[in-house]
Amino acid sequence: MQRTSQLTMRERMWGYAFLSPWILGFLLFTAGPMVASLILSFTNYNPVGAAGAQFVALDNWRMIFVDPVVRQSFWVTGRYVLLATPILIATPLLLAVLLNARALPGKPLFRTFFYLPAMIPAVAATMCWLYILNPSTGWINRILEWFGIPGPDWVNSPEFAPIMFVLLVLWGIGPTMIIFLAALQGVPTELYEAARVDGATAVRSFFSITVPLISPVIFYTLVIGVIASLRYFMATYIVYNGTAGPGGVAQFYMLTLYRNAFVYYQMGYASALAWVLFLIGLALTLMLFASAKRWVYYAGSMDR
Amino acid sequence: MSDTTSMLSSGRQATYVRPNSRWGKQLGKLALAGTLVLFALSLLAVYLMPLGYALVASLRVRNPPADAPIWPMSPATFTWEGREVEIFRVPTADGERELAIIDKGRTASQFVDPQNPAEVIDWQGAWRTLPRVYFWDPQWQNFSEVWRFLDFGRLLFNTIIIALIGTVGTVLSCTAVAYAFARFRLPGKAIFFVLLMGTIILPSEVTLIPTYIIFYQIGWVGTWLPLIVPHFFANAWNVFLLRQFIMGIPRELDEAAMIDGANPLQTLLRIIMPQALPAMVAVALFHFFYAWNDFFLPLIYLAGKPELYTISVAMQTFQVQYGGRPELTMTASLMATVLPFILFFLGQRFFMQGVVVTGVEK
Repeated sequence: MQRTSQLTMRERMWGYAFLSPWILGFLLFTAGPMVASLILSFTNYNPVGAAGAQFVALDNWRMIFVDPVVRQSFWVTGRYVLLATPILIATPLLLAVLLNARALPGKPLFRTFFYLPAMIPAVAATMCWLYILNPSTGWINRILEWFGIPGPDWVNSPEFAPIMFVLLVLWGIGPTMIIFLAALQGVPTELYEAARVDGATAVRSFFSITVPLISPVIFYTLVIGVIASLRYFMATYIVYNGTAGPGGVAQFYMLTLYRNAFVYYQMGYASALAWVLFLIGLALTLMLFASAKRWVYYAGSMDR
Repeated sequence: MSDTTSMLSSGRQATYVRPNSRWGKQLGKLALAGTLVLFALSLLAVYLMPLGYALVASLRVRNPPADAPIWPMSPATFTWEGREVEIFRVPTADGERELAIIDKGRTASQFVDPQNPAEVIDWQGAWRTLPRVYFWDPQWQNFSEVWRFLDFGRLLFNTIIIALIGTVGTVLSCTAVAYAFARFRLPGKAIFFVLLMGTIILPSEVTLIPTYIIFYQIGWVGTWLPLIVPHFFANAWNVFLLRQFIMGIPRELDEAAMIDGANPLQTLLRIIMPQALPAMVAVALFHFFYAWNDFFLPLIYLAGKPELYTISVAMQTFQVQYGGRPELTMTASLMATVLPFILFFLGQRFFMQGVVVTGVEK
């Protein structure tokens, strides 16, 4: 009896030792800072100013609801999430279906090449897109010209810039495509054969067999995609050099947060902004999880 | 399908029909494959167009004329009596000729044939309407120019050091933590695991500001430390990936080692790590690409220290300063892409498996 418990103790010691980097990191870089940023959000802390931090109660939080810049960011970010999310799920899914087609030769090669742009550093990729979308010298508008369509000024027009933002992230769909490909390979082929015998078209099989069976993966992509879209930042920072762009079209929430924190050093206000973003992300995630019961199908397995 | 047909049809008939139908089927298959390849290729052409643009644009001259072709070509010139004159495609009585313009007039101009410069040709018409002659002239020196302009050697060094040390930290810490999650019976492990997975959804912005303030207070802002040290404390994605992988390694292997008197650390080093090598390579690649790509954290932590910049941050600054020189920006973009491409091709198999594990398995 004594011996077993000693053995268990030894095992636990080793286990916690191996776990310790994460526990320490969690306390130092996640839990601690989370609490700290909540506290900071009730102060006017400015690391550059000499004043130090004063307790300002709910001032920062109240400010969020009256700040016109924040209102603009909600609008710009919300529009982007609604525009980008369906595209960033449908495009890699359809690509995966194409690259999974039994009749397509050279699949590994195609997969590699469609994955390739995801390897291009985002700053470099944004610049490539920026120049190819250039209204006078870019290829896109030259091609549109051949078809007699006058190409828009993608970067400087408030109507077309949101489309440009989506184009910029389309180059990052490689990982999602690979995940969908793996999920597609997990769908039993007997089901398709049975459907074909029953006279189902390819489109019908796609919506009645493929989509339900890979819905857990679609769900995963949806959650990760919405959260990533809420935090969209880098491309717009590079396109407009850290400004809000024409008519505030690039006034993304993260830009507002970034500018308040690291340009104006309003750390208290920025902390409140970060918490609001966190709460919105959490609420959206919980809503998605609640909706999952209706449409996500877990192949009769016990997990979740 | 063809088996069913042969079974259904009577033997004799089948021997006549089958060769033909097989031919037709093969042809149909070939046509389908051809269509699919064509479709996939044209999609790929559109998808990779910006990359093609970057390749072409990186070799162009500075400020090409507005009517210049998209290819890296320069206007052809000819030296006539000590001055450099332009060459145009001129329609003449003997067909179109490539002639050098020596005297420009609104309605009539004088040309010479570069092959026979002694004879002056008078031509009626507006020279401005004539197409210019271009020749293939890739500007390979753009690459060396960017290398010098950006001090690219230093940027490469900075980025590689930050990425490599971070990679070592990530792989070591994540493997240890994943081993604990996969193999040890610990009170509170379930709660820890939920917390771990929760940090995936948690946006780092909430923790960003206090973390920045702490690093600022201890004097780490303006150094590489905030970009390296946190990676020695494991992260959720990679721990999850490695845990999934380690759980698939047969337990008998480490039990046998334990019976031989190995302690858990020795088991980890001698049994688990060699088995988990593909997953560790995937994690290493993930982190290396992440660090190579990361823009936000180097932007805030290295602000005002150009000598410490990573490639991403330096390129953004470069774009602001030399935005008017697309050929150099495109060259820089390509140069930033070379190393990730090579690594990707070398480690593709491990990398793709890693992507799949994080997305599909539970």
